[in-house]
Amino acid sequence: MTQAPSAQSAPPSGLLPRVKAAVSAIEVDSRLLSMIVALIVIWVGFNIVSGGKFLEPRNMWNLSVQTASVAVMATGMVLIIVARHIDLSVGSVLGLVGMVMALLSVEIIPKALGFGVNQPWTWIVTVLVGLVLGALIGGFQGGLVAYVGIPSFVVTLGGLLVWRAVTFTLASGRTIAPMDSTFQLLGGGPKGSVGETVSWILGILACLGIVYGIYAARRRRQRYDFPVRPLPLDIGIAVVGCAVILLAVNHANSYPWPAKLAEQYAIANGIDPVGFTLGTGIANPVLIAIGVAIVMTFFATRRRFGRYVYAIGGNPDAAELSGINTRRTIMLTFALMGVLAAVSAVISTARLNAATNQAGTGDELDVIAAAVIGGTSFAGGIGTIPGAVLGALMIQSIRSGMQLIGLDNAPQMIAVGAILVAAVGIDQVLRRRAG
Amino acid sequence: MSSQTSAPLVEMRDIRVSFGGVHAVDGVSLNLFPGEVVALVGGNGAGKSTLIRTLSGAHPADAGEILINGQRAHIGNPRDAKTYGIETIYQTLALADNVDAAANVFLGRELLTRFGSLNDAAMESATRKVMGRLNPRFRNFKAPVKSLSGGQRQSVAIARAVHFNAKILIMDEPTAALGPAETAQVRDLIVQLKAEGLGIFLISHDIHDVFDLADRISVMLQGRLVGTVQKADVTKDEVLGMIILGKQPGEADAGSLAQALH
Repeated sequence: MTQAPSAQSAPPSGLLPRVKAAVSAIEVDSRLLSMIVALIVIWVGFNIVSGGKFLEPRNMWNLSVQTASVAVMATGMVLIIVARHIDLSVGSVLGLVGMVMALLSVEIIPKALGFGVNQPWTWIVTVLVGLVLGALIGGFQGGLVAYVGIPSFVVTLGGLLVWRAVTFTLASGRTIAPMDSTFQLLGGGPKGSVGETVSWILGILACLGIVYGIYAARRRRQRYDFPVRPLPLDIGIAVVGCAVILLAVNHANSYPWPAKLAEQYAIANGIDPVGFTLGTGIANPVLIAIGVAIVMTFFATRRRFGRYVYAIGGNPDAAELSGINTRRTIMLTFALMGVLAAVSAVISTARLNAATNQAGTGDELDVIAAAVIGGTSFAGGIGTIPGAVLGALMIQSIRSGMQLIGLDNAPQMIAVGAILVAAVGIDQVLRRRAG
Repeated sequence: MSSQTSAPLVEMRDIRVSFGGVHAVDGVSLNLFPGEVVALVGGNGAGKSTLIRTLSGAHPADAGEILINGQRAHIGNPRDAKTYGIETIYQTLALADNVDAAANVFLGRELLTRFGSLNDAAMESATRKVMGRLNPRFRNFKAPVKSLSGGQRQSVAIARAVHFNAKILIMDEPTAALGPAETAQVRDLIVQLKAEGLGIFLISHDIHDVFDLADRISVMLQGRLVGTVQKADVTKDEVLGMIILGKQPGEADAGSLAQALH
């Protein structure tokens, strides 16, 4: 995005080469680093223009919740694009799965099966059915791509139309609402967040995770006598990582419950409501998205499945000749994408507290844009999951920031479109210069 | 040549492959002994690569049989071939460009931790070991192989074959993409691997390579085997006569060969 310090090829004097040397020394993905810098610039810029409103806990909390759904799907789209495919159907799959879950939890379980509303287990059954449906739809489309040989663009373009039409037909065009009371909590809101204490505990666990991860990586390399990073550098990375996590937790906790809700809560729990406030903490959908991103990163980098997806993207023939079952891998990638679209369906249906015909319309474009802004290459074989999550966050930051300073939908679309093209353009130029 | 008294490592009998109505390989029989290099030569479209792909599992034969150490072998895909100790270095350098050397060496056969995750450190360690033997100057273990030179990439492709204790190595134009120094390196390696007792099928266009490295030469023309000769018994012109005219050594006179060459 901005001037990526990594790819300069100037003579070894001056500031940029020194920055480049420092970046390559710490072995941190320079592409990711430049995205973080760009994100900070965007945040600080909007904060100045909006008179300090952008970085307020309220806006940042909302931003995190708004990003969750697209971020979840972007983690899967990375693998799809890395494997040299595309999935245009994710928005429609989200709509269909959301509608099926709504019909199941609002009409079938309580009425048709006679269990009544708000059973404690309804949400579990609903989510499981949604995930399985997502896997089946994704696997079916992936099967057509991998085993029948229909281009993924065609299969998923068909899917985009068909699943949207099925969504409309299933509910005869109705909007299904309200959702099950427990299911609603998966979408966020004051009650759909984990509160101050749990947020701190999760934050501290995440810090311990970072420290352990860095320690384990060092030990592994030492055991094989490979060179390790200098210890102060590893410590520095751990400190920065933990500081960012704890700051984010503190920010989420600084967003108070609405006064009315807090008062009700105080009265219900026998606390003096005068002056009582409650920190919201991290929202459930954000935790879901973070969990998905961690699991997906693990799949992409630490498991055979991910290694095969990248190898197929790098050279499909080599992958096949190496004995990799490339067709099965492609089908599984699409099935995984379907599951992630279902997770996003859970988040967005719960957040809206309704299933509509239009849910997820156009999401495929945001999801693809997030992956591409995050460094995923259409040539295949290149792309990271943290990059895609940052890409989703960047798109949502631009939308949210422009809304905050009173710009409506049209300029937002122009900005996101321009940044998408510019990001890929700058990347191309820098890659060419880096050789 | 050294061990022709023992059982053949590979015996291919009456192999046939056709694409549509075209007989790309038409009843070819070949064998290979341990510690031997058999060169497979012929013009473009002679069927060398197609024949050898039946052994590497990339394209199974329509008919005929393959015996490994005297036992009948069923090779339906590249994975089957690898279980028989057959490793192939392809003309097109079948590497995944975007991942590093270790990931390529172990592609399809990754080392795992006890939790079933990729054990990258162990794979890098093993790759460093095998590279130390093949190409001691190789250093770029963390870089995607795309950024390596042709010779380094070829070392990665060969490391993949060597690490898994190949008994039978198929090299399809191993020096086609390389410069002179790198070509010399690959030649040294072939000599070394031969001395270690591997059987090597070498497909090459380069008649000099063939005469320097091979013990026996098998010539193909239009899907058929013209003949297999001991290198020591023939001249380069005789082999050229086999390649171009399909004539046995001694059959083609200098005049008709010269005519065919012009």
